[in-house]
Amino acid sequence: MSVLVYTESEEGKFKKTAFEVASYAKGVADMLGTEVTAVSFGAQSAGDLGNYGVSKLLKVNDEKLQKFNAKAYADALKQAAQKEGAKVIVLSQSANAKYLAPILAVQLEAGYASNVVALPEGTEPLQVKRTAFTNKAFSFTTMSTDVKIIGLSKNAFGLKESQTETTEEDFSPSLTEGDFAVNVVSVDKAADKVTIADAEIVVSGGRGMKGPENWGMLEELAETLGAATACSKPVSDMGWRPHSEHVGQTGKPVAANLYIAVGISGAIQHLAGVSASKTKVVINNDPEAPFFKAADYGVVGDAFEIVPKLTEKLKEFKANNA
Amino acid sequence: MKILVCISHVPDTTSKINFSEGDTKFDTAGVQFVINPNDEFGLTRAMWFKEKQGASVDVVNVGGAETEPTLRKALAIGADNAIRVNTPATDGIYVAKQLAKVAQDGGYDLIIAGRESIDYNGGMVPGMLAELIGANFVNTCIGLEVEGTEATVIREIDGGKETLKTSLPLVVGAQKGIVQESDLRIPNMRGIMQARKKPLNVVEGVEAGTHSKAVKFEKPQPKGDIKLIDPDNLDELVNLLHNEAKVI
Ligand SMILES: Cc1cc2nc3c(=O)[nH]c(=O)nc-3n(C[C@H](O)[C@H](O)[C@H](O)COP(=O)(O)OP(=O)(O)OC[C@H]3O[C@@H](n4cnc5c(N)ncnc54)[C@H](O)[C@@H]3O)c2cc1C
Repeated sequence: MSVLVYTESEEGKFKKTAFEVASYAKGVADMLGTEVTAVSFGAQSAGDLGNYGVSKLLKVNDEKLQKFNAKAYADALKQAAQKEGAKVIVLSQSANAKYLAPILAVQLEAGYASNVVALPEGTEPLQVKRTAFTNKAFSFTTMSTDVKIIGLSKNAFGLKESQTETTEEDFSPSLTEGDFAVNVVSVDKAADKVTIADAEIVVSGGRGMKGPENWGMLEELAETLGAATACSKPVSDMGWRPHSEHVGQTGKPVAANLYIAVGISGAIQHLAGVSASKTKVVINNDPEAPFFKAADYGVVGDAFEIVPKLTEKLKEFKANNA
Repeated sequence: MKILVCISHVPDTTSKINFSEGDTKFDTAGVQFVINPNDEFGLTRAMWFKEKQGASVDVVNVGGAETEPTLRKALAIGADNAIRVNTPATDGIYVAKQLAKVAQDGGYDLIIAGRESIDYNGGMVPGMLAELIGANFVNTCIGLEVEGTEATVIREIDGGKETLKTSLPLVVGAQKGIVQESDLRIPNMRGIMQARKKPLNVVEGVEAGTHSKAVKFEKPQPKGDIKLIDPDNLDELVNLLHNEAKVI
C-alpha cells in the first residue's frame, strides 16, 4: 500500500505542480501511515522530488510514452497503482491530468474527486473538500471505493518540504495497440510564453481596455512580473484576444497568487472563475464596479495612466530587489 | 453519422448559490436552469454536422422530469430526438453508466458532451463514458471535423493547442472554441413550435452503483474590506504586494 502520485514534467524537468502534488500526497500518506510513490514519464532522475516526501520514483522509459497520450498514460498509471497496491492516487488539474483521470477511474473502478483544495478531512470514509458551482461553493465529498483518485487544484496546497531518501526504479508497463488509437499530429504552443495554468501571476484585461491595440501596456506589465496575460469573455468574443485567454466561469479558471484585473467590471461569471486566486488587484475608473467588492487592493482611475506608471514602479522595485 | 449530445441541466450562470436541509442540498428555489454552456457549444457543432453532412442528432439527459424544458430547448435549437433517463444524476460514474446504456442501444458514431458541467464541475462524465463503451476520447475539444470514420480533433492544452487524429466511435468533451460564441443559436418561434412535436422518450435508468457522495456544502468566507490605493501613490501598491500580500 502506498499513495501514488502522477508527477508531470516538461523536457525532462519536473513542473512546479509536480512538487505540489507530491507535497499533498505526502500529507495523505502520513494520514494513512504509508509512503509516497511517484510515477514520471519524462524525468531521468528524482531530482528535487525527495525534498517533498517522495520515497520511490517509478521511471517510465518507453519510447512510445515520450509524448503525452491520455489513454496510454492512464493504462501505465493503472499498472503502477496495481503494482504498488496504491489506495489513493493524487494528480494535478492540468489539462493533461484532467484528461486522463476519468479514464483511469473507470479502469481501476476508483472514485474520483476533482478540484480538491485541502487534505482529506478524514480517511474512514475518505472525505475531501472540493470547489463546486465554479468557486461559488465548496462541496465535501466522500468516496466509497477501494481506490480513490484525488485531483488537486493548483496552488491550493502549496509546497511543503519533507526531506526523504528517494529510491529510483525503472518501470515498463505493458501497453496495447488500443492505447494508441488517438494520436497527436501537431502541437501549437508558444515556447517562451507563461501559460495561465502555470502562472503565479496573471494580468487580465477587460472591455475597459477599449481595443486590441492597447494590449501592449498589459503585456509589458505582465512581462515585468513574469506573468501570463488573460482577458474577460467579451474581449475574446470580439476577437481582441485569443479564446485561450478567456477566463471565468465559461473560460479558464485562474488560481494564481496574484490576479490583476484591468478594466474588468467584475461580473458574477468572471469573478466565479478567478476567485480562487490568493490576492486580487483591480484597476478601474468606476468606483462602483463590482470587482471592488471582490478584490484585496484597488486603484480607482484611468487604466491608460495607471498601468504604465505601475509598470515603471515595478521595474524599479525589481531592479532594487534583484 | 449518428450523433448523441449529452445535455446537463444546470443553474444559469447568474444564479446565487444557496443550500438547504442543513447545507446538504442545492437550493433550487428561484433558480433558472439552462443547457450547460459547454454542452451548448457541443450541440451547436452537432447542428453543423446535421446541416452540412446530413447527421442525425439526438440529445440525452439523465435526470427527473424537471429537466424536460432544458431538453425541449435543445430540440428547439434543432436536435431531432430527445431521451431522458428517468433517474437522479447522483454522481459522475452513475451518470456515465446511464449514458453508456443509451449510447450502446443507439449505436452512435459520435458523442459530444461538455468538458464539465458548471454546477458540480466534476469534469469526469465524458471520459468515463468513453472508457465504459470502449470509444476513443478527446477532452477540451475546440475543433472537430469528421470524414467517413476518421476524425480530426483540436484539443486545448495548457498554453496552446494540439491536433489529433482518431476514428469513430468517438466521445469528445466540448468547450467554447468547438464553435464560437457568435455561432450559438437562440431558438426561434418555429423551432420552439416544432420542438413541442418532436419525440422526447423517457427511459428508465439501469442498475448502477455510485462512487462518491457530496455530503455537505459550504459557501466561501466573505472577503475582507478592500484597500484602496491613490493612483498617485503606486509605490504603496508595490509595497503592499511585496510586504503584506508577499506575492512579488
Ligand atoms: C452564460 C454566460 C457566461 C459568462 N461567462 C463569462 C466568463 O467566463 N468570463 C467573463 O469574463 N465573463 C463571462 N460572462 C460575461 C459577463 O457577464 C460580463 O459581461 C463580462 O465579464 C464583462 O466583461 P468586462 O468586465 O471586460 O466588460 P464590462 O462589464 O463592460 O466592464 C468594463 C469595465 O472597464 C471599466 N473601464 C472602462 N474604461 C476604463 C478605463 N479607461 N480605465 C479603467 N477602467 C475602465 C469600466 O468601468 C467597466 O467596469 C458570461 C456571461 C454569460 C451570460
